[in-house]
Amino acid sequence: MPNRFRIVVVEKDPERARMIVDGLVEAGDFEIAVLGDETGLARKLSEANPDLVLIDLENPSRDVLEQLTLASGPMERPVAMFVDRDDAGFTKAAIEAGVSAYVVDGLEKARIKPIVDAAIARFHMVARMRSELAATRAALAERKTLDRAKGLLMKARGCTEDEAYRLLRKTAMDQGRKLNEVAQALVTAAELLR
Amino acid sequence: MSLRNVDIGFVPLVDAAPVIVAQEMGFAAEEGLHLNLHRQPSWAALRDKLALGAIDLAHLLAPMPVAMTLGLSGPAVAVDALSVLSVNGDIIGVSAELSARMEACAFNDAHAVGRALLQARGAGPLRIGVPFHFSMHAELVTYWLESLGAEAERDFSLHTVPPPRMAEALAAREIDAFCVGEPWGSVAVENGAASLVLPGNAIWAFAPEKVLAGRRDWIEAHPDTSAAVMRALWRAARWLGTPENRLALSDILAQEPYLTVGPEVIDRAVYGRFVVNAAGREERVARFVEFFDAAATFPWRSQALWIGDRLARRHQLDPATAAAAARSCFRADLYRANLAGIGADLPGASEKVEGALTERTPVASTRGELYLGPDCFFDGLKFDL
Repeated sequence: MPNRFRIVVVEKDPERARMIVDGLVEAGDFEIAVLGDETGLARKLSEANPDLVLIDLENPSRDVLEQLTLASGPMERPVAMFVDRDDAGFTKAAIEAGVSAYVVDGLEKARIKPIVDAAIARFHMVARMRSELAATRAALAERKTLDRAKGLLMKARGCTEDEAYRLLRKTAMDQGRKLNEVAQALVTAAELLR
Repeated sequence: MSLRNVDIGFVPLVDAAPVIVAQEMGFAAEEGLHLNLHRQPSWAALRDKLALGAIDLAHLLAPMPVAMTLGLSGPAVAVDALSVLSVNGDIIGVSAELSARMEACAFNDAHAVGRALLQARGAGPLRIGVPFHFSMHAELVTYWLESLGAEAERDFSLHTVPPPRMAEALAAREIDAFCVGEPWGSVAVENGAASLVLPGNAIWAFAPEKVLAGRRDWIEAHPDTSAAVMRALWRAARWLGTPENRLALSDILAQEPYLTVGPEVIDRAVYGRFVVNAAGREERVARFVEFFDAAATFPWRSQALWIGDRLARRHQLDPATAAAAARSCFRADLYRANLAGIGADLPGASEKVEGALTERTPVASTRGELYLGPDCFFDGLKFDL
């Protein structure tokens, strides 16, 4: 029976790190460590001595890992970025998901691929959740602006909420602008005049 | 008329200026192009996206096309440099602690600064931060210190640190010194972590720093688009070479989504006027970064050969293999073919003895107006392979 596979996940955001780790735990029995702090990353990685390192493609510390792929790096064992030369689609899928994997040289592809597959699925999920969260936040912010604009109109013109909304919508249509732009302009102007 | 889209990756640095200016000042649109500029968080991410076709062209460190073609960095793929985007532009800084122990030297004296640096180091090797292993920063620092008799690993070691983290890494004592592109050296001074001690051009007066690079198969499949991008970038470089445009340049670069640091910090590289330490001492550096003058954009095969030679030494490669790959990467042939018609003054040769010129010297060219140099190495090397 081979030794337990050691995986390090380099990720600052604890929530994202947890999701990735959860995905890996489902994929098999591994020893997993998360490195969140970028200080002394090269040294900490060398101490952890992992078989495989997973890092977000967009993480600026990727270039630090690149150094470890060179023979004179601080890691005891030579490491390489995992690229499946027989399957270009696989590497492309990893790039699209935004994950880069670094592995100790000489490990069998068959052992690595399922782990990277699981990571790819998780990174996709994390990315999706992140964009959903961003969209929700944006929608909430827009809603808030609209409510404030309606409130300002109601107070200034003594109209109802419905009337205030219709006035905003009509102005937006007349000017060929988005409803929220008009609302934002009104809120900004009111703040300046206060 | 709809514009042809070209996806170009860049890393937020002052020397990404040619691709940014080509798009922002309309040089791309003149060629019927729209440059989609993709800001990248690391050189490895940029490299992978170029290698796998997620982008068409890239602002790359000059050694990267050679290293990628040789299979030293990432997936092995033939990558060519179509033109040089910038010459020089690196700066070397040290921690406040090291600076206090160093003998005072002139700001442009590579001999004196190098000796003082090696003398002031502690017990172990001097730890020097560079942005990427395959960079002019790494090559210049290694060349400089080895020429002064130092040995890699025994006397100094290179450590990859993302440029925006240089100040933090110095403060955390992960490194003792760094060599980095602007604005990150000046940002480290602003943060109070670093003193700048030497500009990169004191080591080599005319070092190719960044190149416009693409996959060879992409360039072959898109000859017209490649040529149009090269023309737009040449005109952008000419704009950058005009001193009156410098003020606008800092403001363009400072914007979101480009560098997003204050224009006053960018000015230092653009005007070659540096604040070098927390006490506010100022130093001037002539030709700190060059975009156009002295055929700066020409991809000299001899520059590629110097890079190939350094990579072969550092990675124990067969020198002839490295030289052949390097020579094939710097596309002086395409530069001539694509830029002859628009008024570029093309040099008579595509190779020169690197380091031969100690001053500005007229040379044979298509329009007879070309001056080259200075391009000397601090130790007087004449590189002729």
